[in-house]
Amino acid sequence: MTTSIHALSGAYAVDALDDDERAGFEAHLPGCRDCQVEVAELRRAAAELAHDVAEEPPAALRASVLGAIATVRPLPPEAAPEPALEPTAATTPASNVVPIGRSRRRRLANLAVAAAILGVVGVGAVTQPWNPDPTSPSRNLSAADRVLSAPDAEAVTQRFPDGSSATVTRSVSEGRAVLSTKRMAAPPEGKAFEMWLRIDGRMAPAGLMTDGGDQTFVLTGDGGAATAVGITVEPESGSAAPTSAPIAYLEFEGTA
Amino acid sequence: MDDSGFPTSVPSSEGAGVAAVVSRSTAADQTGPPDLAELLRRCGRGDEQAFATLYDAMAARVFGLAKRVVRDPAQAEEVTQEAFLDIWRSSGRFDESQGHAVSWMLTVVHRKAVDRVRSAEASTRRDTTYHHENHATEHDSTAEAATASLEAHRVRQALAGLTQAQREALDLAYFKGYTHSEVATMLDLPLGTAKTRIRDGLIRLRDHLGVGQ
Repeated sequence: MTTSIHALSGAYAVDALDDDERAGFEAHLPGCRDCQVEVAELRRAAAELAHDVAEEPPAALRASVLGAIATVRPLPPEAAPEPALEPTAATTPASNVVPIGRSRRRRLANLAVAAAILGVVGVGAVTQPWNPDPTSPSRNLSAADRVLSAPDAEAVTQRFPDGSSATVTRSVSEGRAVLSTKRMAAPPEGKAFEMWLRIDGRMAPAGLMTDGGDQTFVLTGDGGAATAVGITVEPESGSAAPTSAPIAYLEFEGTA
Repeated sequence: MDDSGFPTSVPSSEGAGVAAVVSRSTAADQTGPPDLAELLRRCGRGDEQAFATLYDAMAARVFGLAKRVVRDPAQAEEVTQEAFLDIWRSSGRFDESQGHAVSWMLTVVHRKAVDRVRSAEASTRRDTTYHHENHATEHDSTAEAATASLEAHRVRQALAGLTQAQREALDLAYFKGYTHSEVATMLDLPLGTAKTRIRDGLIRLRDHLGVGQ
């Protein structure tokens, strides 16, 4: 089944998502101010539930905790993010993340470094060369233009802490989805970004992206039938099914 | 009898978090409860004394919530310790504009507790009959009990504004650590319905308690 990712806010606030859903929602959160606000409010409401359950811990625990923190240095504040990009996930403690999320964040951190380098070399520079692989997304810009200008075009954007962003625009009437990246870091050595269309609950390969930067391309497959688009890091030759947690997961609204 | 797990009538009112806050802040020679956000900021600069005050203010709520979810007191202690270490380590990243200090800390604890019970799936927790535990705290002076009672009463009133179905779903998710899919199965709901109940319940709670932004 498919679902609007916004509807997961309540379950996320009380940790009632499974690992995959949690990773998907945490990928969505940085780009969605509404969800950030709602999650903060609902967490606060949930915290009120804990009023009745307070119980003094054993006295010895105090000495144990205070002794333990003496050996740990608090993390420095994070570099001031742009306000619109401030992810709620980043305001929750670093170790308060499932392993899957942690690895994703580490990848994002790597991307951030790469993006920073890109930024020095030339942001918003020329279009990157396309993957010559014939199975890769079409570079037919007129098809992309048709989707982008379609009357029923709907767009979902996800922004990342490093300032890069990915936007998926799809048109049901055109039956296509278009991915546009801004300041995207290049994939790690020997890897590629693989795009996926979520159709009927399954992830169908929709093309490979071997470069970062600012790109626009039409995804392979029936973008009109897709409920979401995911991006994962895969071996350069691509995978038949995602082998890692998405670094981006963009869900179309109104597909619940 | 409401078997949702949430109290709907007034039980004995020992043991609410506010009591701990009030008593400890008095000990710290302050007139009001400590400013938790300020304490977190000081922790972020490595102020261990601020952390000790924070611990005293929050330990009962942290441990109580951990124990409610994981059940086992020894594991609850471990979760409490891990959570406080995390809070200390991440204190410099607490951003008041992004959330309330208490809920920020309880979010840390809750997730740790839930991750703990999920990784220990099929343990005794699932076989344990759910029951309320009202524990007396060691310092339930009349004034504290009155404050605690008032606060707890406010929450209970807000809970009474939820439908029974919403209370059930919230209880299974928040206090028992089940995923919304598991909650749906347990309550014989179509998949996808439980997450709506959880969200609707929280929204109603938020509106009753006036904790929106």
